[in-house]
Amino acid sequence: MAPHDLRRPFKRAAITDQQKRRELSLLRQAQNRREAQQQARCLASSILSLQSPVPESEPEQSDIELENASETEQESGALSKDLDVRRASKLRGPEARNWFARQLMLPEWMIDVPDRLSQDWYVFARPAGKRCFVVSSNGTTVSRQRNGSILHHFPSALPAGAKTRDGSGSAQSYCILDCIFHELDQTYYVIDIVCWNGYSLYDCTAEFRFYWLNSKLEESAYTGVMPYVKDGLLFYNKHAHYQTGNTPLVLVWKDEDCSQYVIDTDSKGEIPSQQQVVLELQDDRKLVTSDEPPVLFGCLDGDIIEKSGLHSGNLLRFAISDGGLSFVDGKLEKADLNYLGKANRARAFADTYSKVLFQFMVRHSPLKIDDLLASINSPDDQENNSSDIEMLLNAPSRVTTV
Amino acid sequence: MEVTQVLLNAQSIDGAVRRNAEESLKQFQEQNLPGFLLSLSGELANEEKPVETRKLAGLILKNALDAKEQHRKFELVQRWLSLDGNAKSQIKACLLKTLSSPVPDAWSTASQVIAKVAGIELPQKQWPELIGSLLSNVHQLQANAKQSTLETLGYLCEEVSPDVIDQDQVNKILTAVVQGMSASEGNPDVRLAATRALYNALGFAQANFSNDMERDYIMRVVCEATLSPEVRIRQAAMECLVSISSTYYEKLAPYIQDIFNITAKAVREDEEPVALQAIEFWSSICDEEIDILEEYGGDFTGDSDIPCFYFIKQALPALVPMLLETLLKQEEGQDQDEGAWNIAMAGGTCLGLVARTVGDDIVPLVVPFTEENITKPDWRQREAATYAFGSILEGPSPEKLIPLVNVALTFMLSALTKDPNSHVKDTTAWTLGRIFEFLHGSVVDSPIITQANCQQIVTVLLQSMKDTPNVAEKACGALYFLAQGYEEVGPSSPLTPFFQEIVQSLLTVTHREDAGESRLRTAAYETLNEVVRCSTDETAPLVLQLVPVIMMELHNTLEGQKLSSDEREKQSELQGLLCGCLQVIIQKLGSSEPTKYVFMQYADQIMGLFLRVFACRNATVHEEAMLAIGALAYATGTDFAKYMPEFYRYLEMGLQNFEEYQVCAVTVGVVGDISRALEEKIVPFCDGIMTQLLKNLSSNQLHRSVKPPIFSCFGDIALAVGEYFEKYLMWAMTALQSAAELSTHTAGEDELIEYTNSLRNGILEAYSGIFQGFKNSPKTQILIPYAPHILRFLDGIYMEKDMDDVVMKTSIGVLGDLADTLGSHVGPLIQQSVSSKDFLNECLSSEDLMIKESAEWAKLAIGRAISV
Repeated sequence: MAPHDLRRPFKRAAITDQQKRRELSLLRQAQNRREAQQQARCLASSILSLQSPVPESEPEQSDIELENASETEQESGALSKDLDVRRASKLRGPEARNWFARQLMLPEWMIDVPDRLSQDWYVFARPAGKRCFVVSSNGTTVSRQRNGSILHHFPSALPAGAKTRDGSGSAQSYCILDCIFHELDQTYYVIDIVCWNGYSLYDCTAEFRFYWLNSKLEESAYTGVMPYVKDGLLFYNKHAHYQTGNTPLVLVWKDEDCSQYVIDTDSKGEIPSQQQVVLELQDDRKLVTSDEPPVLFGCLDGDIIEKSGLHSGNLLRFAISDGGLSFVDGKLEKADLNYLGKANRARAFADTYSKVLFQFMVRHSPLKIDDLLASINSPDDQENNSSDIEMLLNAPSRVTTV
Repeated sequence: MEVTQVLLNAQSIDGAVRRNAEESLKQFQEQNLPGFLLSLSGELANEEKPVETRKLAGLILKNALDAKEQHRKFELVQRWLSLDGNAKSQIKACLLKTLSSPVPDAWSTASQVIAKVAGIELPQKQWPELIGSLLSNVHQLQANAKQSTLETLGYLCEEVSPDVIDQDQVNKILTAVVQGMSASEGNPDVRLAATRALYNALGFAQANFSNDMERDYIMRVVCEATLSPEVRIRQAAMECLVSISSTYYEKLAPYIQDIFNITAKAVREDEEPVALQAIEFWSSICDEEIDILEEYGGDFTGDSDIPCFYFIKQALPALVPMLLETLLKQEEGQDQDEGAWNIAMAGGTCLGLVARTVGDDIVPLVVPFTEENITKPDWRQREAATYAFGSILEGPSPEKLIPLVNVALTFMLSALTKDPNSHVKDTTAWTLGRIFEFLHGSVVDSPIITQANCQQIVTVLLQSMKDTPNVAEKACGALYFLAQGYEEVGPSSPLTPFFQEIVQSLLTVTHREDAGESRLRTAAYETLNEVVRCSTDETAPLVLQLVPVIMMELHNTLEGQKLSSDEREKQSELQGLLCGCLQVIIQKLGSSEPTKYVFMQYADQIMGLFLRVFACRNATVHEEAMLAIGALAYATGTDFAKYMPEFYRYLEMGLQNFEEYQVCAVTVGVVGDISRALEEKIVPFCDGIMTQLLKNLSSNQLHRSVKPPIFSCFGDIALAVGEYFEKYLMWAMTALQSAAELSTHTAGEDELIEYTNSLRNGILEAYSGIFQGFKNSPKTQILIPYAPHILRFLDGIYMEKDMDDVVMKTSIGVLGDLADTLGSHVGPLIQQSVSSKDFLNECLSSEDLMIKESAEWAKLAIGRAISV
């Protein structure tokens, strides 16, 4: 029983670099394992490139697929929203357009800066182009524009997006992606995800839906260089579910530096000298926006209605005259409107209140990027410093055409 | 057999005679174990035999009862227990008899053997009369019998755990020991043996320390023994106080003043071995209070099992001056001597612990000492002043320290270059390192390093790397922490302008003739690693340039021919440093696409070097090379397949290395890396890997910490090879199920719960990988029979309520994977499980983002499985 050694480390760091190397390796391995797992769970398919067209498979096979599909549909009504989509995919012409036109989640325009912008909102640069749904099912992929009309038919690498050799595509398997079609490189940029491989994401928060997209970006959405032409910034509230129609939980904002289309142009692509708005005519001659509930902008003169043969439900174009828009307590009090004529037939909706207001502000006292940044750095948000905004910046993933 | 002669021969200087004797002993043991052990004990007990054969007989006996390796020890215990009872009785009788021998070597060996036998038999409720007969010896008049018995009791307490001996016997042992320690014991050898026995017996005295009278008595006897005229007794008694300080911290309050007086006197006046123990007492109190206060800090409720008595805070005004005095008692050359430990070093270390215990309060007590001494002509005073300052840099708040450091920094930088004394420079460089470690980086609001002084700091540190090895090593350490502080600095680092110069200087250090001294070469490579880790994109081209440089260094280590074993060890160490450095570089460059792309041009050559490093050894693989290969596989991806035919044998060798279980664990991790990199291309190697992994699991020689990663590795492989895993499925599932059963029936100690959770995590990761691997395969059906067990396992984990967050996340993920892969086949089964309801809901409302994500995923998968 000799005396015990009581030497302690002297002028030595607590852990050695070798220990650190081991720990960092373990950390990397755990992270790699997690990524592999996520990929397996289809949570990380960031770039969905299209397959080259597959030779036509035998007609019997596709028949079988169709039968299976219809059977499952009848059996189950649980995931009604998704099944609606697949049922709707069989709709044709105006019916289909009408249905799809009501399925996209539409952003409001940012007319003031929301609270907790840096904590609760994702932002990414909106690619310039046509907003559309990309739906893959039964071995084909269809894109539909905002008004419901079909943009393209093509095979894609999305689950059930192309005919496969073994015909194994399950009937449950289909995807609905919310995209923007970017003409320049013929690419679909995915901005949101509604269904993936049969999993409905309608009732999931934006935070979770974007996690499926898994497309974190380092550089700033505003100044950064994107692989596409930018058209403003989209802000998504983290907690928002995918909700069809207009929502204040998704906001769009633009200025000249990040969009070529800040001020609305007319059909010739020129900026009119006066702001133009499209409003819906109601039974009682009232002119309203497409908001829910609608916002009243004024009443149309009975003479004009009669003269132009207008009736309720018509979408009408107006110019905002010198009287402009007046507000009392933040509410619209009076609009100086000048009737121009019926709106383009392709229009499905009237303008929203936030759009009219944003356009009005752009012409008079725009909301600037500095206002956004100031809000992020305001004392309210001080707990999260400004570097946090970068954490929330997202770039859309892509579906590339062949 | 005439054992005496054989035992003599076994110690012969003639090698042939010795080997011959060893062979005979071995044969004897194999042919007739009881006879063998009996004749050894007879030899030990026989007063007519030469002392050297008696001693050797005892040692062989001892080695027949105990071994270092866990599995060997277990075998020996079983062997002894199954031995003929009659033989055992005779052996034990011989051993007890030897305790009364007048020959110290004989009784001392016997006392150790008795303790080993007791360690085996007492837990089995055998040899009940042992303690009684030992205690009857204590009352003999013969001093050596008393001494040998007390020593035996000491060894015995070291061998057996306290719950094996009932309180009545504990009381008797303690009474005998404490009586032997008391001042009335005239024989100093007996008193020393008793004091040392008490050291081991303290763990048995729980009940006695809870009784005021008994505790007072024990404490009084221990304190008296610290005043014994015999230095060995004072030292042993002081050791008892150190042990009491951690075992019975909460009982110390009534004695702490007296102990302070005793220890302070010892520190100032006693011989060094006693003084060192006295300082250790206070270091140990610091350890206790740091632990308790950390627990307080953990959950703000303030209820720890043991309350903090703030002994250090109370003793502070007297304790700090005492420790500061010790700092002036440095030994010349202590910084060059790896094994040095003296009163100045112990005192300085204790001062650092005191600072961590009390925080800000220490600052005003130390600063005047530093200010007064730092400019004195005597190097001892300057060194002590610097050491004192360096010691208090961890503990007090940055607000308190930063103003002082801002003043001190300039002085230190100047001292590091100009002080004529090497000790002072060593301590100054160390102090700079502490400044950067604790007061530089993102944790501190007002930076102490600015654009104005950064250049000077780097220049001074690089300059000091040319100083003596010990000073240069500390300068490397300071640079390590300087770099670390800029780890999260963003796209541009203040070190960027100096990057090239720093790397060049570090490489120069590694080539110094004397880099083998004071760990200098290791420190230089470690610092290089940290500089690379904390580098930014700006310097990525420079990191890339480093690759061929380090490769060349590694290449050079492979050129030497016919090395002596000493040279071989040095070569292996250097290879370790270089492989470590390459690993860090690979991981850094591999983490971003553009640099990875450029780096890959070196992949073939690097892999070639690693394979040659492996080939340098016979039976073992180099851990650092293995770790580096894991990083390389990750960076290389599928292309790694081309290295597999050559690399495979080393992979297997690594998996077979049970002795160095770290190597085995690292290799298991690399199998995971390779699975992810190769995906189905790993198939040709799977038979070998899976067989070895299954063997490892069933071995009781392999350290248990390697087993959870092996299960995770099953998951990695299954995910990589998909339905091909079918051929291993039955074996893997059997191993998983039995481990799963093991991991649900544990409760108790924190350490065990921690292990259980890591085991569960491994099992769950295996299930996840298997389910996801089989998904979309026509063979998913073969997993269905396992579903009930897995769901029960998940439910079990939930019910036990002792899972950690990681297990919660993986558990709920497995539930999702099971539903995802098996779908409607298991719908009803899932709906019956607790996991799919309460557990899932708990996870869905978790604040942990990872748990929530997994839960959302599970919810979706279940929703689909039960709706179809």
